[in-house]
Amino acid sequence: VSSVVGVILFAGVVLYGVFGGADFGAGFWDLTAGGAGAGRRPRALIQSAIGPVWEANHVWLIFCLVVLWTGFPSAFSALMTTLYIPLGLAALGIVLRSSGFAFRKELAGTEEQRVAGAAFASSSVVTPFFFGTIAGAIATGRVPGDAAAWVNPTSLLGGVLAVAARAYLAAVFLTAEARARRDPDLERWFVTRARAAAVVCGGLAVAGIFVLNSDAPRLFSHLTGRGAPFVALSAVAGVATVVAGDRLDPRTLRVLGVVAVGAVLIGWGVAQYPFLLGTHLSLSAAAAPSATLWSIVIVFAGAAVLCVPSLVALYVLQQREQLDAHA
Amino acid sequence: MSYMANASNLLPAREQMAFTLGFHIILVPFGVAFTFLMLVANYRAIRRGDEDARRLAERWSKVAAVLFAVGAVSGTVLSFEMGLLWPRLMDRYGAASGIPFVVEGIFFFLEAIFIAIYIYGWKRMAPWPHFWSGVPVVLAGIGGTLSVVAANSWMNQPGGFTERNGKVVAVRPLRVFFNGAWGYESVHMLLAAYIVAGFLVAGVYATGMLRGRADRHHRLGFLIAFTVAAVVTPLQIVVGDAMARYVFHDEPAKFAAIEGVPETATHVPETVGGVFVDGRLRYGLRLPNGASLLAGFSPGTRIRGLDAVPADGCIPPNLVTVVHLSFDVMVLTAFALLALAAWFAFVWWRRRALPASRWFLRAAAVAGVVSVVSLEAGWVVTEVGRQPWIVVGHLLTRDAVTTSGTVWWFFAATLVIYTAVGGATFYVLRRMRGRWAATSDDTVTVPYGPADARPALDGAAP
Repeated sequence: VSSVVGVILFAGVVLYGVFGGADFGAGFWDLTAGGAGAGRRPRALIQSAIGPVWEANHVWLIFCLVVLWTGFPSAFSALMTTLYIPLGLAALGIVLRSSGFAFRKELAGTEEQRVAGAAFASSSVVTPFFFGTIAGAIATGRVPGDAAAWVNPTSLLGGVLAVAARAYLAAVFLTAEARARRDPDLERWFVTRARAAAVVCGGLAVAGIFVLNSDAPRLFSHLTGRGAPFVALSAVAGVATVVAGDRLDPRTLRVLGVVAVGAVLIGWGVAQYPFLLGTHLSLSAAAAPSATLWSIVIVFAGAAVLCVPSLVALYVLQQREQLDAHA
Repeated sequence: MSYMANASNLLPAREQMAFTLGFHIILVPFGVAFTFLMLVANYRAIRRGDEDARRLAERWSKVAAVLFAVGAVSGTVLSFEMGLLWPRLMDRYGAASGIPFVVEGIFFFLEAIFIAIYIYGWKRMAPWPHFWSGVPVVLAGIGGTLSVVAANSWMNQPGGFTERNGKVVAVRPLRVFFNGAWGYESVHMLLAAYIVAGFLVAGVYATGMLRGRADRHHRLGFLIAFTVAAVVTPLQIVVGDAMARYVFHDEPAKFAAIEGVPETATHVPETVGGVFVDGRLRYGLRLPNGASLLAGFSPGTRIRGLDAVPADGCIPPNLVTVVHLSFDVMVLTAFALLALAAWFAFVWWRRRALPASRWFLRAAAVAGVVSVVSLEAGWVVTEVGRQPWIVVGHLLTRDAVTTSGTVWWFFAATLVIYTAVGGATFYVLRRMRGRWAATSDDTVTVPYGPADARPALDGAAP
């Protein structure tokens, strides 16, 4: 049953990475959208696209934290005592990002919006970087370890890749949003960026081959072994975005984006299994007593019954433009 | 070496936890109970075609959106802090105390989903479906409160687990969730959320009326919020009174700190105020037999004193003063609020109108702040009253604290960011109010547009 809870935990990581990731990435484009005049329309789209959904997407993070500390308490404790610097910075980044976003919506003056927007957008870029470094430290078995466990080639790559992948995801999501709002200019604006971000992600992935090969040989061999189908799937989706991004229907593009990012995350999980931390703490060794694990499974089943249809309802209402961000 | 790190991190870790939780707890009533006020206004709007009520509900939902966002992320920080500040609490007991948090996750999820549907659904959804999309928000707020308080009450009366060699080897999840302190602690917090939300919102409209805006919009906003608070306050007094007796029975060490009782005795006086110095509560107002009477309805009721608590698990004397005074502040503020509610109820019963006195409005205007003081004081009683334990009888707070890094830095950064976010929240709410006072137009322009920007993008026109 510890493996089941491990899968539940990792599902949370993937869903946060994809859906939460798209919200974070939107902050990247918000930051780089230019001055008040030039950036007005992309920012307006970003605001109306992620306004109704970001809080629900954010809950996946809480979900991951509580499942980790309940199901695998020793791993949680090891993670928190080793990586307290990036985790603490990520927590504060989340505060700045979300409150900045919520404040900007209710502020009217350009200067005020600029301050709130800068808090939102810059912390949207910085926070995923820290998450990426954390993933790198876990994947390379540096947890538990000293306070510098997140400063290493894999973490650095993970951080940059996390920012780039989120920017890519956000760009394909926003392309679809622009299409839904029948705005061809914005659609082009975002699809160009989606393709550029996909190229950057691909370049980072290639660099990652060399980094992982020397820095995390076990992970590398599993990523190229049993994780290979997922990595390949991700690569195909990424290449398709770059090659045919301007010809594909934006909804297809969005699926490609989810596949590209989701598959590589799943590949990481597959490569890491059955270990939770590096190669020294397995899921079963870190697991809580079985009654606790079953509680998590039951509650998760309850969540699947209650929350998933609700979440689908939210996305559907959002897609049908029943939720007017300017209301 | 390790002990040194503990000693140096204990103070900042406790300060940071107190500060961030004290910040978050003010936002809780807005997520939990303010949404109920919003639905009351919404219901009235649909049922009676009441345009004032509709405008109130819509504006309240926008305020709720801002405060829910800040509450969601300040709650997230608390999740991080469970590990960043108290890793050894989670390492040892996460398998038990984590279960209520997992349940709370579902409620938080539902709340986040439906509050978004509700807030963004004003323009395009039909009135009744829109109203019903708000109902899960209120229910999830209740469920979330009951769950998260289960995690806290478990630390006061831990149970439902078997420990061997410092490791939890078996867990009984239902006993963890429905622990001894859960029933009254969770109801107490839930009612507190309704009281604080009611009085704070009523205070805003009372202030408006004092400044001469006594139109129907203001009166209705005041009445909906104040009525809810006025109904819940007497309930809370009854619950709180019963709860004190439960604490007397189940958590004698905390009760001894609350009453400042150094030695086990009968005929214990109730001391109002005072400070605990040299092992005695001094300078307070003593009501003979009061504590014994309140605890057991008889002057002969024996109250276990601090001397009955083993020395290594006994609350430090300076904290006895904190707990005792916090309890007094909580009770006194609660009765002040009860008096205000009674004034309102009496006049409403006789004349179907608000009390005409400006002193009533002045009192109502500050009642919100008073209720926040009461809430914070009650929370201090729970948390400080548990010291030196983090899990009573099982784990000392100083043994749970992190040994990594220097928490002062994290605390300093947190203080800076929270001060900025807290200040910005007030600023944004004031701007919203100013905008609403100045114009009937509730729409905001797009980001980075000038204040009077033309509507950008197709479909975005108000």
